[in-house]
Amino acid sequence: MKISVNGKMHNVAAHNVAHVLEELRFDGTMVATAVNGEFVPAVSRAEQCLAEGDRLEVLRPMQGG
Amino acid sequence: MKLYDVTLKSRLMLGTAQYPSPAILARAIEASGAEIVTASLRRESGGSGGSGGAGEGFWSLVRDMGLWVLPNTAGCHTVKEAVTTAHMARELFGTNWIKLEVIGESDTLQPDVFGLVEAARILCDDGFAVFPYMTEDLVVAERLVAAGCRVLMPWGAPIGSGRGLNNPFGLRALRAHFPDIPLVIDAGLGLPSHAAQAMELGYDAVLLNTAVARAGDPVRMARAFAQGIEAGRAAFEADPMEARDMASPSTPVVGKAFLA
Repeated sequence: MKISVNGKMHNVAAHNVAHVLEELRFDGTMVATAVNGEFVPAVSRAEQCLAEGDRLEVLRPMQGG
Repeated sequence: MKLYDVTLKSRLMLGTAQYPSPAILARAIEASGAEIVTASLRRESGGSGGSGGAGEGFWSLVRDMGLWVLPNTAGCHTVKEAVTTAHMARELFGTNWIKLEVIGESDTLQPDVFGLVEAARILCDDGFAVFPYMTEDLVVAERLVAAGCRVLMPWGAPIGSGRGLNNPFGLRALRAHFPDIPLVIDAGLGLPSHAAQAMELGYDAVLLNTAVARAGDPVRMARAFAQGIEAGRAAFEADPMEARDMASPSTPVVGKAFLA
């Protein structure tokens, strides 16, 4: 299944957010996630199914003003 | 000073971006005396065990310093983007504080005040403590307070411009109109004298980043801003004299010799 992760297309085997994070080797404890512009809380990642063409955003803390 | 039930000694809130190194950032924070620092969220690179790079180092540094973190929604141009970012920030940083930015114009980074009010209402209703980055417009301020904001953060000048207070008259009017709401000048300051001016107007605090981070010596500049803020606040509390257009001799005229 092809999905966009942080703006780049990835071919993933996993079908939910939690498993995609594992597959792409993100540290799930250090990030926040959103799918198609909607926030996905950490506790809901395993239930949040992904479909072809979905846009997953994985954000981490960063310096800011 | 109290912001959303948190009592603070420092009236300086410091941004964490653009410093030459994490070590200089840490020293600048210490020199400034700031208890609140701002932060943002950006894309994680992933792979190789999830290398967070500079962002990860930054976050562990800030956590170790025991500071209050104020995440922002920088770069968001729509209500939806800002609200989603705020929710992600609440989970990631473990705080309901959010510096709400809804940008309306790319050259000036002027806030979209219509979107700002709408996003503020949504987030306040959802339990966030919203710090809105706004213009000095009185009506917008009233709408934000009605939406549930208990702090207002008008700009001094466009972000990163270093121009100081572009509209002291408008900022003075805002202060007079909201005597009981904490007001923070957010953005546009370049020099400690700008911060002192904000304090002399009766503002409660200033939030700055670029002026410190891009100084030749960020640590000294951070200290200089802290001193400027302290001086300006002391001047405000000392009740400054009224300015006047014509001269008024300070030396007594009575008793002066006639020597012409």
